[in-house]
Amino acid sequence: MEHSSYAGATPNRLNRTFAALANPTRRAILERLASGEVSVSELAEPFSMSQPAVSRHLKVLERAGLISSGSDAQRRPRKLEARPLAEATEWLETYRKYWEASFARLDSLLSELKATEKKPKRVAPKKR
Amino acid sequence: MLFPDSFKVSTPSDREIRVTRDFDAPRRLVFDAFTKPELVRRWLLGPPGWTMPLCEIDLRVGGAYRYVWRSEQDGSQMALGGVFREITAVERLVATEKFDDAWYPGEALDTTVFVETGAITRTTITILYESQEARDTARRSGMEYGMAAGYERLEKLLPTLTGEPT
Repeated sequence: MEHSSYAGATPNRLNRTFAALANPTRRAILERLASGEVSVSELAEPFSMSQPAVSRHLKVLERAGLISSGSDAQRRPRKLEARPLAEATEWLETYRKYWEASFARLDSLLSELKATEKKPKRVAPKKR
Repeated sequence: MLFPDSFKVSTPSDREIRVTRDFDAPRRLVFDAFTKPELVRRWLLGPPGWTMPLCEIDLRVGGAYRYVWRSEQDGSQMALGGVFREITAVERLVATEKFDDAWYPGEALDTTVFVETGAITRTTITILYESQEARDTARRSGMEYGMAAGYERLEKLLPTLTGEPT
């Protein structure tokens, strides 16, 4: 069932998505766009960054499919594209589940080890 | 689960994956669970349906470790090994990591750090790959394993949903 969305995420696209997300400025831009369409000059403002520098980041985000140009042809505002982000999140979620299953087993093992350790300690005087 | 909220997976740099988790145990026990073969075999079992028939750990700098997992369903195997580079008992482990059928280029370097606060041990595993491409390839295959595991669970679940006997 989840397969259809994974199948949509080609390896190259996932690579581009993760590469685009690896930069803090680009993540901040995405956060800003989460509330709606924003023009390039509006985007540049909070980052004390030149417009060309912001444009370079936008290009990376665009190539990764994370943003697109909005409908207003003159302002060319950018907007967030949710799908690649969802695919990247799903990937991390799968990885997370695998580890969490192992760690849940480790939890049980550790409580067993603690219980085994306690037994001889009951005989010895308590020291801290 | 005791501390599910403490569990985090992140990508601190282009070449790394970091997994963090808190355990309700002193760190010498957590360290043992990571370094004694008879204990590792009890929890590091791989995806659902897999077992760990081989687990060898020569815990000294320059010593090797080797893990083999097997799918009970189709008998396919997956093996991983490496060499310890740094060992600070109960605190820190650095070891190389390479799968037999490596699907990503080069070796990875695993750094595992155990920090005890109160009775809780925060464990941080950082896997450093040789390149961003290697990391992303490794991650993708993880995704495929996850998918396969997901299908297996789904297969088990389907008869119960439709009311057919298993």
